[in-house]
Amino acid sequence: MERNCVGLVTPRKFTFGNEKDPLVLESGRSLPSVTIVYETYGEPNEDKSNAILICHALSGDHHAAGYHDPHHSHMGWWDAMIGPKKAFDTEKYWVICSNIIGGCKGSTGPGSINPAKAKPYGLDFPLVTIGDMVKCQRHLIDHLGIEKLYSIAGGSMGGFQVMEWALRYPARVGSAICIASCAGLSTQAIAFNTVGRSAITRDPQWRQGNYNHKGPETGLAIARMVGHITYLSQILLDSKFGRKLQSADRLRYNFSTEFAIESYLNHKGSAFTERFDANSYLFITRAMDYFDIKRSYGSLKKAFAKVTSRFLFVSYSTDWLFPTGQSLEMVRALLSNGKNVSFIEIDSPYGHDAFLVEGEKLTRILTGFLKGAGRAKS
Amino acid sequence: MMSSYIDRLSLTDRDVILTLVPHGVRVLDLGCGDCSLLNELVEKKNVQGTGVDIDGQALVNGLEFGVNVYQGNLDEGLSDFPGKAYDYVILNQTLQVVKNPILVLKEMLRIGRYGIVGFPNFAYWQLRRGLFFGGRAPKSAALPFEWYNTPNIRVLSIYDFFDYCHSNAISCVQKRYFMCGRWWGGSAPRFLTNLIAHAAIFVITR
Repeated sequence: MERNCVGLVTPRKFTFGNEKDPLVLESGRSLPSVTIVYETYGEPNEDKSNAILICHALSGDHHAAGYHDPHHSHMGWWDAMIGPKKAFDTEKYWVICSNIIGGCKGSTGPGSINPAKAKPYGLDFPLVTIGDMVKCQRHLIDHLGIEKLYSIAGGSMGGFQVMEWALRYPARVGSAICIASCAGLSTQAIAFNTVGRSAITRDPQWRQGNYNHKGPETGLAIARMVGHITYLSQILLDSKFGRKLQSADRLRYNFSTEFAIESYLNHKGSAFTERFDANSYLFITRAMDYFDIKRSYGSLKKAFAKVTSRFLFVSYSTDWLFPTGQSLEMVRALLSNGKNVSFIEIDSPYGHDAFLVEGEKLTRILTGFLKGAGRAKS
Repeated sequence: MMSSYIDRLSLTDRDVILTLVPHGVRVLDLGCGDCSLLNELVEKKNVQGTGVDIDGQALVNGLEFGVNVYQGNLDEGLSDFPGKAYDYVILNQTLQVVKNPILVLKEMLRIGRYGIVGFPNFAYWQLRRGLFFGGRAPKSAALPFEWYNTPNIRVLSIYDFFDYCHSNAISCVQKRYFMCGRWWGGSAPRFLTNLIAHAAIFVITR
Protein backbone atom coordinates (compact mmCIF):
# COMPACT_ATOMS: atom_id res chain seq x y z
CA MET A 1 0.00 0.00 0.00
CA GLU A 2 2.78 2.40 0.99
CA ARG A 3 4.43 2.13 -2.41
CA ASN A 4 1.40 3.46 -4.31
CA CYS A 5 0.31 5.93 -1.68
CA VAL A 6 0.82 9.69 -1.83
CA GLY A 7 1.93 9.44 1.81
CA LEU A 8 1.72 12.17 4.41
CA VAL A 9 -0.42 15.11 3.29
CA THR A 10 -1.27 18.41 4.93
CA PRO A 11 -4.54 20.23 4.26
CA ARG A 12 -4.25 23.87 3.24
CA LYS A 13 -6.56 26.84 3.57
CA PHE A 14 -7.53 29.51 1.09
CA THR A 15 -9.63 32.52 2.08
CA PHE A 16 -11.22 35.02 -0.28
CA GLY A 17 -13.77 37.85 -0.16
CA ASN A 18 -14.29 40.77 2.23
CA GLU A 19 -17.05 43.15 3.34
CA LYS A 20 -16.68 45.17 0.13
CA ASP A 21 -16.39 42.19 -2.17
CA PRO A 22 -18.45 39.37 -0.65
CA LEU A 23 -19.42 36.07 -2.24
CA VAL A 24 -22.94 36.56 -3.58
CA LEU A 25 -24.86 33.30 -3.44
CA GLU A 26 -27.54 31.99 -5.78
CA SER A 27 -30.17 32.73 -3.14
CA GLY A 28 -29.22 36.42 -3.29
CA ARG A 29 -27.67 36.37 0.19
CA SER A 30 -23.94 36.73 0.60
CA LEU A 31 -20.99 35.62 2.70
CA PRO A 32 -18.42 38.34 3.56
CA SER A 33 -15.51 35.96 3.41
CA VAL A 34 -15.12 32.32 2.54
CA THR A 35 -12.48 29.80 3.55
CA ILE A 36 -11.86 26.66 1.50
CA VAL A 37 -9.83 23.75 2.82
CA TYR A 38 -8.06 21.64 0.21
CA GLU A 39 -5.32 19.11 -0.41
CA THR A 40 -3.13 18.55 -3.44
CA TYR A 41 -1.29 15.43 -4.58
CA GLY A 42 1.43 15.24 -7.21
CA GLU A 43 3.06 18.26 -8.81
CA PRO A 44 1.91 20.85 -11.34
CA ASN A 45 3.69 20.81 -14.69
CA GLU A 46 5.15 23.98 -16.16
CA ASP A 47 1.94 25.50 -17.50
CA LYS A 48 -0.28 23.84 -14.87
CA SER A 49 -2.16 22.00 -17.59
CA ASN A 50 -2.13 18.69 -15.71
CA ALA A 51 -4.51 19.65 -12.90
CA ILE A 52 -7.43 17.38 -12.00
CA LEU A 53 -10.06 18.55 -9.53
CA ILE A 54 -11.76 15.87 -7.45
CA CYS A 55 -15.23 16.70 -6.08
CA HIS A 56 -16.44 14.88 -2.99
CA ALA A 57 -19.87 13.51 -2.13
CA LEU A 58 -22.25 14.27 0.75
CA SER A 59 -20.16 12.96 3.62
CA GLY A 60 -16.73 13.27 2.01
CA ASP A 61 -14.14 15.99 2.46
CA HIS A 62 -10.87 17.41 1.13
CA HIS A 63 -8.90 14.42 2.41
CA ALA A 64 -9.09 12.24 -0.69
CA ALA A 65 -5.71 10.47 -0.58
CA GLY A 66 -2.79 9.68 1.70
CA TYR A 67 -2.83 10.13 5.46
CA HIS A 68 -2.51 12.92 8.01
CA ASP A 69 -0.62 11.13 10.75
CA PRO A 70 2.28 8.69 10.72
CA HIS A 71 0.03 5.88 11.96
CA HIS A 72 -2.03 5.97 8.74
CA SER A 73 -5.16 5.83 10.84
CA HIS A 74 -7.15 8.12 8.58
CA MET A 75 -6.65 7.33 4.91
CA GLY A 76 -8.19 9.58 2.26
CA TRP A 77 -11.65 8.57 1.03
CA TRP A 78 -10.51 7.84 -2.55
CA ASP A 79 -7.00 6.61 -1.82
CA ALA A 80 -7.71 3.59 -4.04
CA MET A 81 -7.96 5.92 -7.04
CA ILE A 82 -5.42 8.68 -6.31
CA GLY A 83 -1.68 8.03 -6.12
CA PRO A 84 1.35 6.94 -8.12
CA LYS A 85 0.27 4.56 -10.95
CA LYS A 86 -3.35 4.73 -9.83
CA ALA A 87 -6.32 5.99 -11.90
CA PHE A 88 -5.50 9.60 -11.01
CA ASP A 89 -1.79 9.03 -11.39
CA THR A 90 0.05 11.55 -9.25
CA GLU A 91 3.21 10.95 -11.28
CA LYS A 92 1.39 12.53 -14.24
CA TYR A 93 -1.35 14.67 -12.81
CA TRP A 94 -1.62 17.39 -10.19
CA VAL A 95 -4.68 16.29 -8.23
CA ILE A 96 -6.65 18.74 -6.10
CA CYS A 97 -9.51 17.99 -3.75
CA SER A 98 -11.31 20.83 -2.01
CA ASN A 99 -13.89 20.83 0.73
CA ILE A 100 -17.33 22.23 -0.15
CA ILE A 101 -18.81 25.27 1.58
CA GLY A 102 -21.69 24.36 3.89
CA GLY A 103 -19.72 21.37 5.14
CA CYS A 104 -18.13 20.79 8.52
CA LYS A 105 -14.53 19.93 7.70
CA GLY A 106 -12.96 23.38 7.75
CA SER A 107 -14.51 25.21 4.82
CA THR A 108 -17.01 27.95 5.69
CA GLY A 109 -20.25 26.37 6.87
CA PRO A 110 -23.03 26.58 9.46
CA GLY A 111 -20.52 25.74 12.20
CA SER A 112 -18.28 28.71 11.29
CA ILE A 113 -18.35 31.89 13.34
CA ASN A 114 -20.83 34.45 12.08
CA PRO A 115 -18.82 37.73 12.24
CA ALA A 116 -22.03 39.73 12.76
CA LYS A 117 -22.95 37.83 15.92
CA ALA A 118 -19.58 36.45 17.07
CA LYS A 119 -21.05 32.94 17.40
CA PRO A 120 -21.61 30.01 15.04
CA TYR A 121 -24.00 30.70 12.18
CA GLY A 122 -26.27 27.72 12.78
CA LEU A 123 -29.45 28.28 10.77
CA ASP A 124 -28.36 31.88 10.05
CA PHE A 125 -25.97 30.39 7.52
CA PRO A 126 -27.37 31.09 4.04
CA LEU A 127 -28.60 28.12 2.00
CA VAL A 128 -25.89 27.24 -0.47
CA THR A 129 -26.36 25.47 -3.80
CA ILE A 130 -24.15 23.16 -5.82
CA GLY A 131 -23.52 26.20 -8.04
CA ASP A 132 -22.27 28.16 -5.01
CA MET A 133 -19.93 25.32 -4.05
CA VAL A 134 -18.53 25.30 -7.58
CA LYS A 135 -18.14 29.08 -7.63
CA CYS A 136 -15.93 28.76 -4.53
CA GLN A 137 -13.92 26.00 -6.14
CA ARG A 138 -13.41 28.30 -9.13
CA HIS A 139 -11.94 30.95 -6.81
CA LEU A 140 -9.54 28.29 -5.53
CA ILE A 141 -8.59 27.18 -9.05
CA ASP A 142 -7.96 30.86 -9.98
CA HIS A 143 -5.84 31.24 -6.86
CA LEU A 144 -3.79 28.16 -7.80
CA GLY A 145 -3.12 29.75 -11.20
CA ILE A 146 -4.88 27.04 -13.23
CA GLU A 147 -6.35 28.27 -16.49
CA LYS A 148 -7.92 25.01 -17.61
CA LEU A 149 -8.44 21.82 -15.65
CA TYR A 150 -7.19 18.74 -17.47
CA SER A 151 -10.12 16.94 -15.94
CA ILE A 152 -12.66 17.09 -13.16
CA ALA A 153 -14.17 14.04 -11.50
CA GLY A 154 -16.70 13.16 -8.85
CA GLY A 155 -19.25 10.57 -7.79
CA SER A 156 -22.78 11.10 -6.51
CA MET A 157 -23.01 14.73 -5.29
CA GLY A 158 -19.43 15.09 -6.58
CA GLY A 159 -20.92 14.41 -10.03
CA PHE A 160 -23.31 17.36 -9.53
CA GLN A 161 -20.30 19.62 -9.08
CA VAL A 162 -18.65 18.12 -12.16
CA MET A 163 -21.72 18.92 -14.27
CA GLU A 164 -22.02 22.40 -12.78
CA TRP A 165 -18.37 23.10 -13.66
CA ALA A 166 -18.78 21.89 -17.24
CA LEU A 167 -21.94 23.98 -17.67
CA ARG A 168 -20.73 27.18 -16.00
CA TYR A 169 -17.11 27.25 -17.09
CA PRO A 170 -16.91 25.18 -20.29
CA ALA A 171 -13.62 26.71 -21.41
CA ARG A 172 -11.95 25.72 -18.16
CA VAL A 173 -12.83 22.02 -18.13
CA GLY A 174 -10.88 19.74 -20.49
CA SER A 175 -12.78 16.61 -19.60
CA ALA A 176 -15.50 15.74 -17.11
CA ILE A 177 -16.01 12.44 -15.29
CA CYS A 178 -19.42 11.95 -13.73
CA ILE A 179 -19.80 8.76 -11.69
CA ALA A 180 -23.05 7.34 -10.27
CA SER A 181 -24.73 10.70 -10.54
CA CYS A 182 -27.70 12.46 -12.17
CA ALA A 183 -29.04 15.78 -13.46
CA GLY A 184 -31.37 16.13 -10.48
CA LEU A 185 -32.38 13.88 -7.60
CA SER A 186 -35.33 11.56 -8.12
CA THR A 187 -38.46 12.01 -6.00
CA GLN A 188 -37.42 8.92 -4.09
CA ALA A 189 -34.00 10.37 -3.29
CA ILE A 190 -35.52 13.67 -2.10
CA ALA A 191 -37.92 11.62 0.02
CA PHE A 192 -35.05 9.84 1.75
CA ASN A 193 -33.30 13.18 2.35
CA THR A 194 -36.54 14.44 3.91
CA VAL A 195 -36.57 11.54 6.36
CA GLY A 196 -32.94 12.22 7.26
CA ARG A 197 -33.56 15.90 7.89
CA SER A 198 -36.71 15.19 9.90
CA ALA A 199 -34.78 12.82 12.14
CA ILE A 200 -32.38 15.69 12.90
CA THR A 201 -34.86 18.55 13.25
CA ARG A 202 -37.20 16.47 15.46
CA ASP A 203 -34.39 15.58 17.84
CA PRO A 204 -34.90 17.87 20.92
CA GLN A 205 -31.14 18.35 21.07
CA TRP A 206 -31.21 20.15 17.73
CA ARG A 207 -32.66 23.38 19.31
CA GLN A 208 -33.34 25.09 15.95
CA GLY A 209 -29.71 24.56 15.03
CA ASN A 210 -28.36 26.39 18.11
CA TYR A 211 -26.78 23.41 19.78
CA ASN A 212 -23.37 23.51 21.39
CA HIS A 213 -21.05 20.55 21.56
CA LYS A 214 -23.52 17.74 21.97
CA GLY A 215 -25.87 18.22 19.06
CA PRO A 216 -28.76 16.07 17.84
CA GLU A 217 -26.67 12.91 17.74
CA THR A 218 -29.67 10.60 17.76
CA GLY A 219 -31.25 12.39 14.83
CA LEU A 220 -28.02 12.54 12.85
CA ALA A 221 -27.39 8.83 13.47
CA ILE A 222 -30.87 7.93 12.22
CA ALA A 223 -30.36 10.14 9.16
CA ARG A 224 -27.15 8.24 8.40
CA MET A 225 -28.81 4.86 8.94
CA VAL A 226 -31.50 5.71 6.39
CA GLY A 227 -28.90 7.13 4.01
CA HIS A 228 -26.74 4.05 4.33
CA ILE A 229 -29.59 1.75 3.30
CA THR A 230 -29.99 3.77 0.11
CA TYR A 231 -26.27 3.43 -0.70
CA LEU A 232 -26.36 -0.37 -0.69
CA SER A 233 -28.15 -2.84 -2.94
CA GLN A 234 -30.59 -5.50 -1.86
CA ILE A 235 -28.28 -8.18 -3.27
CA LEU A 236 -25.40 -6.92 -1.15
CA LEU A 237 -27.46 -6.68 2.03
CA ASP A 238 -28.77 -10.21 1.46
CA SER A 239 -25.35 -11.69 0.85
CA LYS A 240 -23.53 -9.75 3.57
CA PHE A 241 -26.08 -9.95 6.39
CA GLY A 242 -29.05 -12.02 5.26
CA ARG A 243 -31.21 -12.76 8.28
CA LYS A 244 -28.19 -13.54 10.41
CA LEU A 245 -28.60 -12.89 14.13
CA GLN A 246 -26.00 -10.71 15.78
CA SER A 247 -25.05 -12.53 18.98
CA ALA A 248 -27.48 -15.29 19.83
CA ASP A 249 -28.38 -18.32 17.77
CA ARG A 250 -31.99 -18.03 18.81
CA LEU A 251 -34.43 -15.18 19.15
CA ARG A 252 -34.39 -13.25 22.41
CA TYR A 253 -37.88 -11.78 22.18
CA ASN A 254 -36.91 -8.19 22.99
CA PHE A 255 -35.87 -4.99 21.21
CA SER A 256 -32.14 -5.21 21.73
CA THR A 257 -29.94 -5.49 18.63
CA GLU A 258 -31.08 -8.81 17.25
CA PHE A 259 -30.12 -8.95 13.57
CA ALA A 260 -26.66 -8.42 12.10
CA ILE A 261 -28.01 -5.66 9.85
CA GLU A 262 -29.34 -3.82 12.94
CA SER A 263 -25.93 -3.89 14.52
CA TYR A 264 -24.29 -2.72 11.29
CA LEU A 265 -26.64 0.24 10.87
CA ASN A 266 -26.37 1.22 14.53
CA HIS A 267 -22.61 1.25 14.20
CA LYS A 268 -22.67 3.26 10.97
CA GLY A 269 -25.09 5.75 12.54
CA SER A 270 -23.16 6.43 15.72
CA ALA A 271 -19.76 6.45 13.99
CA PHE A 272 -21.11 9.17 11.69
CA THR A 273 -22.00 11.49 14.60
CA GLU A 274 -18.33 11.56 15.56
CA ARG A 275 -17.26 12.95 12.21
CA PHE A 276 -20.19 14.96 10.93
CA ASP A 277 -22.24 17.97 11.94
CA ALA A 278 -26.04 17.84 11.94
CA ASN A 279 -26.57 21.35 10.53
CA SER A 280 -24.14 20.64 7.70
CA TYR A 281 -26.16 17.51 6.93
CA LEU A 282 -29.27 19.69 6.59
CA PHE A 283 -27.56 22.28 4.39
CA ILE A 284 -25.82 19.83 2.09
CA THR A 285 -28.81 17.53 1.55
CA ARG A 286 -30.90 20.63 0.76
CA ALA A 287 -28.32 21.72 -1.80
CA MET A 288 -28.61 18.25 -3.36
CA ASP A 289 -32.42 18.50 -3.46
CA TYR A 290 -32.20 21.88 -5.20
CA PHE A 291 -29.76 20.72 -7.89
CA ASP A 292 -31.77 20.43 -11.10
CA ILE A 293 -30.13 21.06 -14.47
CA LYS A 294 -33.48 20.91 -16.31
CA ARG A 295 -34.97 23.61 -14.10
CA SER A 296 -31.89 25.82 -14.37
CA TYR A 297 -31.54 25.62 -18.16
CA GLY A 298 -35.02 24.78 -19.43
CA SER A 299 -34.04 21.30 -20.62
CA LEU A 300 -31.04 19.01 -20.61
CA LYS A 301 -30.61 19.51 -24.34
CA LYS A 302 -30.44 23.28 -23.92
CA ALA A 303 -28.17 22.92 -20.90
CA PHE A 304 -25.54 20.94 -22.78
CA ALA A 305 -25.67 22.98 -26.00
CA LYS A 306 -22.59 25.04 -25.16
CA VAL A 307 -20.36 22.58 -23.31
CA THR A 308 -16.98 21.81 -24.85
CA SER A 309 -15.50 19.20 -22.48
CA ARG A 310 -15.17 15.50 -23.26
CA PHE A 311 -17.58 13.65 -20.98
CA LEU A 312 -17.49 10.26 -19.34
CA PHE A 313 -20.46 8.85 -17.46
CA VAL A 314 -20.12 5.74 -15.32
CA SER A 315 -23.06 4.09 -13.60
CA TYR A 316 -23.48 0.91 -11.55
CA SER A 317 -25.90 -1.89 -12.33
CA THR A 318 -27.36 -2.16 -8.82
CA ASP A 319 -27.37 1.53 -7.89
CA TRP A 320 -31.04 2.34 -7.21
CA LEU A 321 -30.41 5.77 -5.69
CA PHE A 322 -28.75 7.12 -8.85
CA PRO A 323 -29.85 4.50 -11.38
CA THR A 324 -28.25 4.02 -14.81
CA GLY A 325 -31.23 5.64 -16.54
CA GLN A 326 -30.39 8.95 -14.89
CA SER A 327 -26.86 8.90 -16.30
CA LEU A 328 -28.22 7.94 -19.72
CA GLU A 329 -30.54 10.93 -19.64
CA MET A 330 -27.50 13.20 -19.65
CA VAL A 331 -25.67 11.05 -22.21
CA ARG A 332 -28.68 11.37 -24.54
CA ALA A 333 -28.76 15.15 -24.15
CA LEU A 334 -25.05 15.38 -25.00
CA LEU A 335 -25.40 13.02 -27.97
CA SER A 336 -28.30 15.08 -29.31
CA ASN A 337 -25.97 18.10 -29.21
CA GLY A 338 -23.26 16.16 -31.04
CA LYS A 339 -20.86 16.39 -28.09
CA ASN A 340 -18.03 14.03 -27.13
CA VAL A 341 -19.51 11.68 -24.58
CA SER A 342 -18.82 8.14 -23.39
CA PHE A 343 -20.91 5.91 -21.19
CA ILE A 344 -20.10 2.67 -19.36
CA GLU A 345 -22.21 0.79 -16.83
CA ILE A 346 -20.19 -1.27 -14.37
CA ASP A 347 -21.71 -4.57 -13.31
CA SER A 348 -21.43 -4.49 -9.53
CA PRO A 349 -23.39 -5.79 -6.52
CA TYR A 350 -22.41 -2.83 -4.32
CA GLY A 351 -25.23 -0.41 -5.18
CA HIS A 352 -24.52 3.32 -5.04
CA ASP A 353 -21.51 2.83 -2.78
CA ALA A 354 -19.78 0.94 -5.60
CA PHE A 355 -17.95 4.08 -6.73
CA LEU A 356 -16.08 4.09 -3.42
CA VAL A 357 -15.42 0.36 -3.09
CA GLU A 358 -15.31 -1.14 -6.62
CA GLY A 359 -11.86 0.18 -7.48
CA GLU A 360 -10.43 -2.15 -10.07
CA LYS A 361 -12.94 -1.77 -12.92
CA LEU A 362 -13.24 1.97 -12.36
CA THR A 363 -9.45 2.31 -12.40
CA ARG A 364 -9.24 0.72 -15.87
CA ILE A 365 -11.99 2.96 -17.19
CA LEU A 366 -10.62 6.20 -15.73
CA THR A 367 -7.03 5.43 -16.71
CA GLY A 368 -8.18 4.80 -20.28
CA PHE A 369 -10.39 7.86 -20.44
CA LEU A 370 -7.76 10.24 -19.04
CA LYS A 371 -5.16 8.88 -21.44
CA GLY A 372 -7.58 9.07 -24.39
CA ALA A 373 -8.67 12.60 -23.48
CA GLY A 374 -5.07 13.72 -23.88
CA ARG A 375 -4.70 11.82 -27.11
CA ALA A 376 -7.92 13.13 -28.62
CA LYS A 377 -6.85 16.71 -27.93
CA SER A 378 -3.48 16.49 -29.62
CA MET B 1 -5.15 -24.22 -42.74
CA MET B 2 -8.75 -23.58 -41.83
CA SER B 3 -7.92 -21.05 -39.18
CA SER B 4 -5.61 -19.09 -41.47
CA TYR B 5 -8.50 -18.82 -43.92
CA ILE B 6 -10.72 -17.27 -41.24
CA ASP B 7 -7.88 -15.05 -40.14
CA ARG B 8 -7.52 -13.79 -43.67
CA LEU B 9 -11.23 -13.04 -43.81
CA SER B 10 -11.41 -11.31 -40.44
CA LEU B 11 -8.23 -9.34 -41.03
CA THR B 12 -9.03 -8.32 -44.56
CA ASP B 13 -12.63 -7.27 -43.98
CA ARG B 14 -11.19 -4.41 -41.94
CA ASP B 15 -9.11 -3.35 -44.93
CA VAL B 16 -12.23 -3.41 -47.10
CA ILE B 17 -14.10 -1.22 -44.60
CA LEU B 18 -11.10 1.12 -44.44
CA THR B 19 -11.32 1.62 -48.20
CA LEU B 20 -15.07 2.20 -48.04
CA VAL B 21 -14.96 4.96 -45.40
CA PRO B 22 -13.94 8.42 -46.69
CA HIS B 23 -11.58 10.76 -44.85
CA GLY B 24 -12.74 12.92 -41.97
CA VAL B 25 -16.29 11.60 -41.64
CA ARG B 26 -18.26 10.78 -38.48
CA VAL B 27 -18.38 7.03 -37.86
CA LEU B 28 -20.46 4.94 -35.47
CA ASP B 29 -19.31 1.33 -35.10
CA LEU B 30 -22.02 -1.00 -33.77
CA GLY B 31 -20.72 -4.10 -31.99
CA CYS B 32 -17.26 -2.55 -32.03
CA GLY B 33 -15.72 -4.88 -29.40
CA ASP B 34 -12.33 -3.52 -28.39
CA CYS B 35 -12.62 -0.57 -30.83
CA SER B 36 -9.56 -1.64 -32.84
CA LEU B 37 -11.31 -0.98 -36.19
CA LEU B 38 -12.38 2.46 -34.99
CA ASN B 39 -8.88 3.18 -33.81
CA GLU B 40 -7.54 2.29 -37.23
CA LEU B 41 -10.15 4.50 -38.87
CA VAL B 42 -9.14 7.37 -36.59
CA GLU B 43 -5.48 6.92 -37.38
CA LYS B 44 -5.70 6.28 -41.12
CA LYS B 45 -8.85 8.16 -42.11
CA ASN B 46 -8.97 10.81 -39.39
CA VAL B 47 -12.62 10.01 -38.64
CA GLN B 48 -14.56 11.10 -35.58
CA GLY B 49 -15.43 7.78 -34.03
CA THR B 50 -17.95 6.39 -31.58
CA GLY B 51 -18.15 2.72 -30.63
CA VAL B 52 -21.14 0.82 -29.28
CA ASP B 53 -20.85 -2.57 -27.61
CA ILE B 54 -22.57 -4.57 -24.90
CA ASP B 55 -19.21 -5.39 -23.28
CA GLY B 56 -18.16 -2.41 -21.17
CA GLN B 57 -14.74 -3.82 -20.31
CA ALA B 58 -13.87 -4.22 -24.01
CA LEU B 59 -14.85 -0.59 -24.59
CA VAL B 60 -12.13 0.57 -22.19
CA ASN B 61 -9.64 0.13 -25.05
CA GLY B 62 -11.66 2.61 -27.06
CA LEU B 63 -11.49 5.17 -24.26
CA GLU B 64 -7.73 4.81 -24.35
CA PHE B 65 -7.69 5.43 -28.12
CA GLY B 66 -9.61 8.65 -27.49
CA VAL B 67 -12.80 7.54 -29.23
CA ASN B 68 -16.21 7.95 -27.62
CA VAL B 69 -17.78 4.73 -26.39
CA TYR B 70 -21.33 3.82 -25.45
CA GLN B 71 -22.22 0.63 -23.65
CA GLY B 72 -25.53 -0.61 -24.92
CA ASN B 73 -27.51 -3.54 -26.26
CA LEU B 74 -28.20 -3.22 -30.01
CA ASP B 75 -31.34 -5.33 -29.58
CA GLU B 76 -32.85 -2.58 -27.47
CA GLY B 77 -32.38 -0.01 -30.24
CA LEU B 78 -30.25 3.12 -30.15
CA SER B 79 -32.82 5.72 -29.21
CA ASP B 80 -30.21 7.74 -27.30
CA PHE B 81 -28.60 8.62 -30.65
CA PRO B 82 -30.22 11.41 -32.66
CA GLY B 83 -31.09 11.04 -36.35
CA LYS B 84 -28.42 11.64 -39.02
CA ALA B 85 -25.76 12.22 -36.40
CA TYR B 86 -23.17 10.14 -38.30
CA ASP B 87 -22.05 9.83 -41.89
CA TYR B 88 -21.32 6.10 -41.68
CA VAL B 89 -22.69 3.47 -39.31
CA ILE B 90 -20.74 0.19 -39.38
CA LEU B 91 -22.25 -3.19 -38.53
CA ASN B 92 -19.56 -5.75 -39.28
CA GLN B 93 -20.13 -9.46 -38.53
CA THR B 94 -22.87 -8.47 -36.09
CA LEU B 95 -26.13 -8.60 -38.10
CA GLN B 96 -26.28 -12.40 -37.76
CA VAL B 97 -25.87 -12.39 -33.96
CA VAL B 98 -28.55 -9.89 -32.92
CA LYS B 99 -32.10 -10.90 -31.96
CA ASN B 100 -33.70 -8.02 -33.77
CA PRO B 101 -31.76 -7.40 -37.01
CA ILE B 102 -34.50 -5.35 -38.65
CA LEU B 103 -34.53 -2.90 -35.74
CA VAL B 104 -30.75 -2.62 -35.95
CA LEU B 105 -30.82 -1.98 -39.72
CA LYS B 106 -33.54 0.65 -39.32
CA GLU B 107 -31.62 2.34 -36.52
CA MET B 108 -28.45 2.34 -38.66
CA LEU B 109 -30.11 4.24 -41.46
CA ARG B 110 -31.91 6.59 -39.08
CA ILE B 111 -28.66 7.54 -37.33
CA GLY B 112 -26.34 7.50 -40.35
CA ARG B 113 -26.46 8.56 -43.98
CA TYR B 114 -24.75 5.33 -45.00
CA GLY B 115 -24.59 1.92 -43.41
CA ILE B 116 -21.77 -0.57 -43.90
CA VAL B 117 -23.01 -4.10 -43.28
CA GLY B 118 -20.76 -7.16 -43.32
CA PHE B 119 -22.10 -10.69 -42.75
CA PRO B 120 -21.36 -14.35 -43.59
CA ASN B 121 -23.28 -15.77 -46.55
CA PHE B 122 -25.23 -18.81 -45.43
CA ALA B 123 -25.93 -19.81 -49.06
CA TYR B 124 -22.21 -20.47 -49.67
CA TRP B 125 -21.93 -23.67 -51.70
CA GLN B 126 -20.06 -25.69 -49.05
CA LEU B 127 -22.85 -24.96 -46.57
CA ARG B 128 -25.45 -26.00 -49.14
CA ARG B 129 -23.49 -29.19 -49.79
CA GLY B 130 -23.19 -29.91 -46.06
CA LEU B 131 -26.91 -29.56 -45.57
CA PHE B 132 -27.87 -31.42 -48.74
CA PHE B 133 -25.50 -34.38 -48.51
CA GLY B 134 -24.63 -34.42 -44.84
CA GLY B 135 -28.16 -33.76 -43.64
CA ARG B 136 -26.84 -31.75 -40.70
CA ALA B 137 -26.69 -28.07 -39.82
CA PRO B 138 -23.86 -26.90 -42.06
CA LYS B 139 -20.37 -25.78 -41.04
CA SER B 140 -17.53 -24.15 -42.93
CA ALA B 141 -14.17 -22.56 -42.27
CA ALA B 142 -15.93 -19.26 -41.64
CA LEU B 143 -18.78 -20.87 -39.67
CA PRO B 144 -17.23 -23.62 -37.57
CA PHE B 145 -19.88 -23.76 -34.82
CA GLU B 146 -22.28 -26.49 -33.70
CA TRP B 147 -26.01 -25.77 -33.84
CA TYR B 148 -26.19 -25.41 -30.06
CA ASN B 149 -23.31 -23.00 -29.52
CA THR B 150 -23.32 -20.84 -32.60
CA PRO B 151 -23.58 -17.11 -31.93
CA ASN B 152 -25.07 -16.80 -35.43
CA ILE B 153 -28.76 -16.94 -34.69
CA ARG B 154 -29.88 -15.16 -37.89
CA VAL B 155 -29.22 -17.26 -40.96
CA LEU B 156 -29.25 -15.14 -44.08
CA SER B 157 -27.86 -15.24 -47.60
CA ILE B 158 -26.81 -12.48 -49.97
CA TYR B 159 -30.14 -12.95 -51.79
CA ASP B 160 -32.03 -12.55 -48.52
CA PHE B 161 -30.23 -9.31 -47.82
CA PHE B 162 -30.96 -7.97 -51.32
CA ASP B 163 -34.63 -8.94 -50.94
CA TYR B 164 -34.90 -7.04 -47.67
CA CYS B 165 -33.20 -3.96 -49.12
CA HIS B 166 -35.40 -4.07 -52.23
CA SER B 167 -38.68 -4.26 -50.33
CA ASN B 168 -37.62 -1.49 -47.93
CA ALA B 169 -36.35 0.98 -50.52
CA ILE B 170 -32.76 0.60 -49.39
CA SER B 171 -30.11 0.74 -52.07
CA CYS B 172 -26.76 -1.05 -52.01
CA VAL B 173 -24.32 1.51 -53.36
CA GLN B 174 -21.18 -0.56 -52.89
CA LYS B 175 -20.73 -4.35 -52.89
CA ARG B 176 -17.74 -6.42 -51.83
CA TYR B 177 -17.52 -10.23 -51.80
CA PHE B 178 -15.04 -12.58 -50.17
CA MET B 179 -14.55 -15.30 -52.77
CA CYS B 180 -11.72 -17.77 -53.39
CA GLY B 181 -9.61 -16.31 -50.61
CA ARG B 182 -9.82 -12.63 -51.44
CA TRP B 183 -12.18 -9.68 -51.68
CA TRP B 184 -13.75 -8.73 -55.01
CA GLY B 185 -15.68 -5.73 -56.28
CA GLY B 186 -19.35 -5.85 -57.11
CA SER B 187 -19.49 -6.67 -60.82
CA ALA B 188 -19.87 -10.47 -60.52
CA PRO B 189 -23.31 -11.94 -61.33
CA ARG B 190 -25.60 -12.34 -58.30
CA PHE B 191 -26.25 -16.08 -58.59
CA LEU B 192 -22.51 -16.65 -58.60
CA THR B 193 -21.70 -14.47 -55.61
CA ASN B 194 -24.55 -15.98 -53.62
CA LEU B 195 -23.04 -19.39 -54.40
CA ILE B 196 -19.33 -18.87 -53.95
CA ALA B 197 -18.95 -15.90 -51.55
CA HIS B 198 -18.11 -16.73 -47.93
CA ALA B 199 -19.01 -13.25 -46.79
CA ALA B 200 -20.15 -9.91 -48.15
CA ILE B 201 -19.88 -6.26 -47.22
CA PHE B 202 -22.40 -3.71 -48.53
CA VAL B 203 -22.69 0.02 -48.27
CA ILE B 204 -26.39 0.82 -47.98
CA THR B 205 -28.40 4.01 -47.95
CA ARG B 206 -31.99 5.15 -48.23
